[in-house]
Parts: sequence; C-alpha cells; structure tokens
Amino acid sequence: MATAKKVSAIKNTPKHLLGIQNLSVLEAKEILTEAKSFIKLNRGSSKKLDVLRGKTQINLFFEPSTRTQSSFDLAGKRLGADVMTMNMGNSALKKGETLIDTAMTLNAMHPDIIVIRHQDSGAPNLLSQKVNCTVINAGDGRREHPTQALLDALTIINRKDSVEGLKIAICGDILHSRVARSNIYLMNMLGAEVNVIAPKTLMPTGIDNLGVKSFTDMKKGLDGCDIVMMLRLQNERMQGSFLPSKREYYEFFGLTPEKLKFAKKDALLMHPGPMNRGVEIDTKLADDINVSLVKEQVELGVAVRMACLKLYCK
Amino acid sequence: MKEKILTNVRIIDPSQKMDEIGNIVIDEKGKIKSIGKKSGASKSAEKIDLKGLVAIPGLVDMKAFVGEPGFEYKENFRTLSQAALAGGVTSIVTMPNTKPIIDNVSMVDFIIRRGRDKAKVNLFPCASITRQKEGNQMTEFGLLKARGIIGFSDVNKTIQNTELMSRIMNYASDIDVLIMQHAEDYELARNSCINQSEVATRLGLQGVSDIAEKIIIERDLSLLSEYPCRYHINQISSKNSLNVIKKNKSNGIKFSTGVSINNLSLNQNDIGEFRTFLKLSPPLRSEEDRLSLIEGIKNDLIDVIVSDHLPEDEESKRLPFAQAATGSIGIETLLSLSLELYHNESLPLEKIITCLTINPAKILKINKGTLKEGSDADICIFDLEKPWVVKAEELKSKSKNTAIENKRLQGKVKMTLLQGEVAYSN
Repeated sequence: MATAKKVSAIKNTPKHLLGIQNLSVLEAKEILTEAKSFIKLNRGSSKKLDVLRGKTQINLFFEPSTRTQSSFDLAGKRLGADVMTMNMGNSALKKGETLIDTAMTLNAMHPDIIVIRHQDSGAPNLLSQKVNCTVINAGDGRREHPTQALLDALTIINRKDSVEGLKIAICGDILHSRVARSNIYLMNMLGAEVNVIAPKTLMPTGIDNLGVKSFTDMKKGLDGCDIVMMLRLQNERMQGSFLPSKREYYEFFGLTPEKLKFAKKDALLMHPGPMNRGVEIDTKLADDINVSLVKEQVELGVAVRMACLKLYCK
Repeated sequence: MKEKILTNVRIIDPSQKMDEIGNIVIDEKGKIKSIGKKSGASKSAEKIDLKGLVAIPGLVDMKAFVGEPGFEYKENFRTLSQAALAGGVTSIVTMPNTKPIIDNVSMVDFIIRRGRDKAKVNLFPCASITRQKEGNQMTEFGLLKARGIIGFSDVNKTIQNTELMSRIMNYASDIDVLIMQHAEDYELARNSCINQSEVATRLGLQGVSDIAEKIIIERDLSLLSEYPCRYHINQISSKNSLNVIKKNKSNGIKFSTGVSINNLSLNQNDIGEFRTFLKLSPPLRSEEDRLSLIEGIKNDLIDVIVSDHLPEDEESKRLPFAQAATGSIGIETLLSLSLELYHNESLPLEKIITCLTINPAKILKINKGTLKEGSDADICIFDLEKPWVVKAEELKSKSKNTAIENKRLQGKVKMTLLQGEVAYSN
C-alpha cells in the first residue's frame, strides 16, 4: 500500500502569519505538531539545524519587548537563518519615515522573513501587502499575538495532552490585550471552553460574540476551570481612569491562592509576562512550580517560533 | 446664449411636486422660462432631445472640502468643480478647514475671488464657528455673513464648551446665521477611529460609542429650546441620535439634520481588514443604524444627504488604521450611490432627490435646488438605469480615496447644465 504523501496545510509562499483569525484548524494543528518536535531539540546539547540556512530573518520591533524578541531571535538562529534585529523605537520613525517606507527599504535587502511587533493594530497586515517575503506578526496593538497563543496551546498540550474539552479562564485587562484575543480564537478553535473575567471597564464590546462567556466575578468565572491565564494590567495603553486603584484591583481580580481554589483542584496557572507581582498575581503563586507554567511558556515559545519560521518560510 | 429647449425628458422636481415627461425651456439669460408637459419654445431655440433620461435640479451638496488654500495637492477648485459637475452637483457648500482656516473677512474675499476664477460651480463658502476651530472664541458672524458666508461650521470639530455654545446660539439667533455642528463628545471619542462594536474588538481598534454623538445632540437641542437659532446637525450616524431628534421635533424644536451618503449605504463590516478609505467621521456603524437612518429620511427626521467629500492623498491613507487620515471622496458618486437606495427599494426616488436638492437649498436659504420658472437653469440630467462600476482612477477628484472602489452602481449622470450652459456631458 502506497503511503499518502504528507501534504502541508500551509501553502503558497510567501504566506503570512498575521493572526489566529486567519488560521484554519489544520494550520494551527500543523504548527503545534511541528513545534513539539523542537522541544526535545531545544533541551539537547546541540541545538542547531540548517533548515533555514541561507535565509534572512529581520525582526522589526517598534515596541519594546524582551521575551518575544529574544525568542524569535533564538528560534531563527537555531534553524540556521541569518537574523537581524532592529529596534525601531528610536530610529527611522522619529525621522518621519512611515512604516511603508521602512518596509520598502528592508524589502530591497531581500529578506525571507520579517517578524514585526507594532503598537498599531493592523500594521502587520499593511506590511504584508507591501513586501514580497513572509510576514510574521509578533504582536500588533491590541489585535493579535498569534505566536503567544500558539505557545500557550503547546504548553497546555504538553501538560494535559490536549486542549479539547478543557475549561480555560482568561482574567484581567481583556480590553487592551492582544494575547487574550488570540487565545480566545485559538482555544475555541481547538475545542476548549473559554471564560473571560475582567472588571466592566476592561471588557471589550461584543466579547460574547467571540465565543466566550464573560464574568466580572472571579469565583463564578474560575469555577471548574483547568487553566487560569492571568493578564498583565497594561498601564501604558490606558488613557484616563479605568480602575479606582491597583489595591482595589488586586482585591477583586488579583489571583491569590484563595481565589485559585475556585478553579479545579489541579488547575494550572499561566501568564504571558511580564508580571506585575502584587497587582494581578500573588508573588508566591507566580513562583510555585507545582502550579505555575510561566517558565515552561517561555521555553516552549522558542519551539513554537521555530515551527512558525520553518513552516512559513519555505 | 441662445434659447434652449430640453425635450422628452422625465422631469422630477420635488420643489413643485413635479414628476412628468415634458420639456424645459431655458431663456437667453440661463433661467428657466417654462417647464412641464405644455412647455414649448420658439422655432429658433436650440433643441436637445433627452428621451429616456431624467432631469432634476442640480444637486446641492452641503458638505464638501476644497483643498484651497493650503491643501492644493489634495483638491483644488478646478478639480472639485469637475468632479461635482460629473456627479450632477451644481452648488457646493465648502468647508473652512483649509490652511489658513477661513475664520476672518480677508480669507473670505480670497476664497470667493479664487472660486469665481477657477471653479465652474456655484460655491457657498462656510466659515468656522470659532477662531482657528479651537472652540474658544466665536468668529465675526455678522461681518462674515455680510461678505458672503453661507453658514458656520467647525467641520470635524465640536464646540465642547457648553457656555460658549449657548452664547453662539444666542448671538446667532439675532442675526439669522446658520450654525452647523459636528456632534461628537471629545472625551468619549478620544483616539477612536471606528464604531465601538465587535468589529472594533476584533480589529483591536479604539472604538467610539454612539453616545458621544447623542450626548452633544441632546445638549445642543436643550440649548436650542432656550436660544432658537438656525441650527443644523451636519451628519448623524446612529439610531440613538435619531431617537433624540424625533423626540425634540415632536416637542416643536426647529432644526435640521444631515446624513452622509456613506452612512446610508455602508456599514462597519465594509471596513474589512483595515480599509483606511472607510475610516470616516462620524464612523460607519452597524447595519441596524444604517437601516434606521434610511427610516429617518422616510419620516422626515433627516433633511439632507451630503457627500462629505474629503479628499486625502495616498500618503495620508497608506498608514496603520489608527494613524490614517479620516474621510473619503464622494461628490462625483453622490447621486449614483443615492440611487442605489432607490434601486434596492429602500427609498422612493422623489424622497432621495428632495434631500439632494430643495431641502438643502431651503436650509441654506438660497434660490437653488429647484426648476421653478425664473430660477437658474442648473440642471442634472441622468440615466436612471445605466449600470457602471466605480473605478478610482476614472474619478475626477485630485485624490482617489473613494470608499466604494469597484462598487457596481446603477444610474449615471449624462449631462449637467449650469445657468443654461452645458457644463458637463458624456
């Protein structure tokens, strides 16, 4: 019997990873399967492959980032690509150059992949229309952060074997969070039930239509949950007063060991980082290796980004 | 100029409740001599046969932006009038958000002179309500009016200061000037670029609730009951605002209301994946809002349809959505897009034409938007059925930021007459 030829769900070059919204279930699952194979490699002593040898990857970061930027940096290098990271915070933009001009300049250098992080929603979409290489979204405004959601899914799968049938709570500043949006789409797609918990002023309009149940009470929202994802309070995106005080926020929405008890007994805790200890999360809980998956998220982030780079840069 | 007779044309003129096939005779001075079934001209008259076509008064567009002075690279008087005439628009109210802003008498003289030399349409310039549109100090309403200013508008800015607004209304009521307000509460609308909705949540954009519009309309209409002046709401966009308007009209408050053709024809879903040409102010809202605006026209709660013609160069639009400029061109497609509402049975033809001709003329108190005997022969002649596809590069505006690129429309302007002369034909 002839074995069926393996067909990739991710076709056509250049193909872009702009958001989970544009992914099919098959594509998402393919990325996760590919990523699994890199976990072992990353834990081994020789971490270098030559899958992307000869390819050029540009990390274009318009917003400060530590973990996402270093994660993409490492991922590219481990696959053998030539990686250049550009921090645009104090560069061309301040001289009045537009995103498109920057893109065209870089495009002229024939990169194979551009990884972009930008403060404006939709910036990667705009970029993808103007360059002829693969564009990977590393977070745009409050819209999407697809690789974060994928690494969260991989972390869950690594512990619980599957996302399907799980109950996942996402708590905190949903309004300003691209991580929340991408996770809502992906976890739904993979068959989980998603609750979002936030004070009313940090809950976006029409969130229920995205396929979640929304709560303003941690006790109700966490009830029966397998996974608790905490989000950072994004003070830098807040204009005006959304909350009375951090103290009041911590009282009602900060995750403490007591509040975690509302979830399932074996519930696990996740956080995309960076954490505001004592604001959205109790500091001891954040470091509790029996409960917290935070370090694992960072570790698997590299594997997921390697998978994305490999699959999208063919 | 020779006497002209337009024959065999379906004349629709809501100002005299006319919808019949007949003739229009234009005298040597470019005025309507006679009109209707029985109308006839001398044998020497130039005859134009318009069988199968419709003649209506030239459109009066109450809100358009001309780039002069300061933004000539976006639009100038010449390109604006070409676009207008190709769309059957013969009278335009121009906005004062030029550079410098039209807020003083010397600017008015310039704009009128320049318009007279370069434009081939009737221009009715607006001045700003407040100096520099800053919302602090009212402009010289009386002096500006005397120099030929038709009305006052801060365009995309709103008078936020309630005390100032009450004084503006109080002062305006005495000297019979038209105040045109853009209704938007700044705090509620801060940084917003789209309607607050699920679409905004998905696109990750800052939305603005329709309350921002409603709250200003409520405030202004409360003030208006105290200081009755000629007050016009430039453009409304939501069902909520319409409810406020309905309530106030039934309480006997007198004012008028406009709507952009964009808000009547499109909704927020048309924005798709960050189409910046559909970034508008007020924003496109839900389908429910759109349908309620159509009802508003049916029930006479909305008086005027405007193009909200706002040319923007490519550079201002080729940016991430939040940074991109607001607005779209539309004067050339105003009639055709309005006719879509007739073809899809949303509105009767006569109603649409009323909102594009006699209603704005009445609000402005100008002798336009009518084909009554003795009035200027500004006439728009169109083929009601002709199908066509909107192509940005074929539009006459200097800027090509149309919100309806590639849209299939039915009904197209064939000929435009300005004071009896053929100013456009295709």
